[in-house]
Amino acid sequence: MSVASTSASPTSAPPPAEAPATTAGRMRMFNLILEARAFIALIVLIVVFSLLSDSYLTSDNLVTMTRHVAINALLAIGMLMVILTGGIDLSVGSIVGLAGVIAGVLLEGLTVGFLDVTLFPPVWAVVVIALTVGAFVGAINGTLVTRFGVAPFIATLGMLYIARGTGLLISNGETYPNLGGSPALGNTGFDFLGSGKILTIPVSIWLMVLFAAIATVLTRKTPFGRWIYAIGGNERAAELAGIQVNKVKRRVYMISGVCAAMAGLIIASELTSAAPQAGETFELNAIAAVVIGGTSLMGGRGNVRGALIGAFVIGFLADGLVIVGVSTFWQIVIKGAVIILAVILDQSQQRIQRRGAAAAAAAQLSTSQTPRTPAAA
Amino acid sequence: MNTNGQPVMRAREINKVFGATHALRGVDFTVRRERVTALFGENGAGKSTLMKILAGIEAPTTGTLELDGDSVVLKGPRDAAARGIAIIHQELSLFPNLSIADNIFMAREHIRSGVLVDQSAQRKITGQLMERLSEQLEPTTLVSDLRVGQQQIVEIARALAQEARVLIMDEPTSALSVAEVDVLFRVIRDLTAHGVAVVYISHHLEEALEIADHVVVFRDGQLVAEAQAADVNAAWVVEKMVGRNPDQLFPSEHSQARNALLEVEDLVVADPTNPGRLSVDQVSLTVHAGEIVGLYGLMGAGRTELLETLAGRVRPVSGRLVLDGKPVERSSIAQRIKLGLALVPEDRQRDGLVQGMSVGQNLTLPSVLRFVKRLWVSATQEREAVERTMKDVTVKAAGPQAPIGSLSGGNQQKVVLGKALLTQPRVLLLDEPTRGVDVGAKAEIFELITQQAKRGLGILFATSEMEEALHVPDRLLVMSKGRIVRELRRGSATREGIMSASEGMTQQAATGTSS
Repeated sequence: MSVASTSASPTSAPPPAEAPATTAGRMRMFNLILEARAFIALIVLIVVFSLLSDSYLTSDNLVTMTRHVAINALLAIGMLMVILTGGIDLSVGSIVGLAGVIAGVLLEGLTVGFLDVTLFPPVWAVVVIALTVGAFVGAINGTLVTRFGVAPFIATLGMLYIARGTGLLISNGETYPNLGGSPALGNTGFDFLGSGKILTIPVSIWLMVLFAAIATVLTRKTPFGRWIYAIGGNERAAELAGIQVNKVKRRVYMISGVCAAMAGLIIASELTSAAPQAGETFELNAIAAVVIGGTSLMGGRGNVRGALIGAFVIGFLADGLVIVGVSTFWQIVIKGAVIILAVILDQSQQRIQRRGAAAAAAAQLSTSQTPRTPAAA
Repeated sequence: MNTNGQPVMRAREINKVFGATHALRGVDFTVRRERVTALFGENGAGKSTLMKILAGIEAPTTGTLELDGDSVVLKGPRDAAARGIAIIHQELSLFPNLSIADNIFMAREHIRSGVLVDQSAQRKITGQLMERLSEQLEPTTLVSDLRVGQQQIVEIARALAQEARVLIMDEPTSALSVAEVDVLFRVIRDLTAHGVAVVYISHHLEEALEIADHVVVFRDGQLVAEAQAADVNAAWVVEKMVGRNPDQLFPSEHSQARNALLEVEDLVVADPTNPGRLSVDQVSLTVHAGEIVGLYGLMGAGRTELLETLAGRVRPVSGRLVLDGKPVERSSIAQRIKLGLALVPEDRQRDGLVQGMSVGQNLTLPSVLRFVKRLWVSATQEREAVERTMKDVTVKAAGPQAPIGSLSGGNQQKVVLGKALLTQPRVLLLDEPTRGVDVGAKAEIFELITQQAKRGLGILFATSEMEEALHVPDRLLVMSKGRIVRELRRGSATREGIMSASEGMTQQAATGTSS
């Protein structure tokens, strides 16, 4: 690095614009490596597994694996927003289960006792209601964090239990076996979310793409996205800039809740049945995807693309290990090692980046350093 | 005995780079036995950085340290302490939840029977130290129960307990009463008589010259002057500190004040860290359009608390706040920004900038809603505003996309200023806007402030730099212990007058309350 910086500054007086330009160029290159790292890992995974197994790199298997990825990717997108503000959402796995239970209740018929009628809402209404429940749970998370000052870890840990327990209470612990609806009631078609295809590609994958696209625009192009990064980067400065920090935080937990409910609907739809236990420990997979994608758990750094790639790394790795025939127990150990390795790499990249910036600045200053003589008084 | 004092510690050719900031440039510095070396320089001139290097808290980027003629590498503050170097920090670094004795022996506990802390021995030594510092405090008192001046005494006692050979004092008197300063000076003379070398940093020139044997002046990271204390006076120090004729540094033109823009009446703010005490005590002031009102006060005087309350970050206990005819005491920060109140906070790293973001994104943070077209931010409109502002406030950066951390301190500060100006304010609250900024950028920032005042903005400018307080504002308010104790017109303000007002609250209260 020192070689590069000395060669970048010629002995003759350099034009003032040159040194900052090389610094910026170097920063860009580091950033590129930083972001590409998870992507490179994904390519390596695919190459290694396709060498080990002929059935890995087939279009059927890729679609199957991507369907698995879609669930975690949806959760990771919501989780990313929360983590960018410096928070965490441990309740998403329970929201997955709760959303499925809500769909189960509504599709199998909601009996209103005192009216003595059973309601069968149409599928679109079921979807809207389940997503609203997800948003509502998120709103409670956000209110606990902002209004009552509960640490995000604790607030969403509590909600992990409450949402799970609520799902078990509603379902009485039993699985809703038939979400197919009936033509007579006009509530068929729920299975479209999980098993339907558009242009030969499963709907769940389209939903992942849609959510990712919306999240990308939201984080990159809107003021709201700017505020998310600002709050995670420096909450005090964000507050003094007039950003309504609490409102933004409540919103990100609601977004995370909606994403989780969507994932829950897809799972219930794929199985055309809803188990109240669905989604257990999914929150950890989502956090892992976000972290592998280069997002800082301190907030303020990370992006949708990274979280997506992280979800692909986890999903393609897990399915690959199954296909190759690695024991289940080893799969768990390997997953843990990959997460830790990702963070170690991220830390060392950050260090290199900082050192690079400092070295560039030092080189720049030492070339322009002429002892300043005090102005004659 | 050598009359000059033998060198005990030497720093040679020290350079220190933080990110894009060159904090020290080729500094040679000598600490002498039995002598008090006073360091002068404005905020950010590099004094504190050099002291941190001497105390092993920071490592120099290049350059070497020598102790008793041998070159040493300090591995950390613990290593430095083991070699007899102690530092009293500018910011209090005490544990408020622990007792005086626990604080003094933190990480240097006296151990009894191998594992237990020897409380009685620690308390006994603490009692002796308190006696030496003429402070009647029980060693078991919690530090959180002490007032700021007493806490500073505990800091000093902590350094004394180390029986250091080199004692560095960074602004030890900023919260002390006159009587406590006398005691401290007596202790310092006692220490030097026993061979200790003392390095003394203070903003209070006269006071520091009284105790100093050697005088060293820093500016923009360089050691620019050195002398025997007996040969120089405060005027000499100021000239070396500022580095140019004050008329060149500070703008000469001043605009005419017009209608009242910001009116504050009987503002009272509670001190969150000391329950029952007030950080702002019945402050009333008015800022007119086109006027620069200065607010001078020492550390803990309540300047920052007052400005943060005006900006809406802190809720006052009572008082009225009127912005351009509208009461705003109940408005949120966002509403106040919209009404035209903008704060440039004192600590730009903590309160002003988001490190992960670019220069452009930082600039438009409070005003980004203005660039929204349909649903998202219009990149062209935003870039246009960013580029215009960067030119207006003369930010030197690779471009709007440059990371904020790649800018020097002065340029970062200009970004914070530009950020405030982009909200199109009527009243600008500036809290130490030149802290950690080099002389060149300082002059540009003052020029900018004056320009804005001429355009009709009302400016409230808080500072702890005497020269700025004397030269920049049209009208100067002196704050002490949360109160405005004196108001001075430009020209009628003198260094002595400001200093006595900012410290001598007692005499001021006796003469000034009737008005």
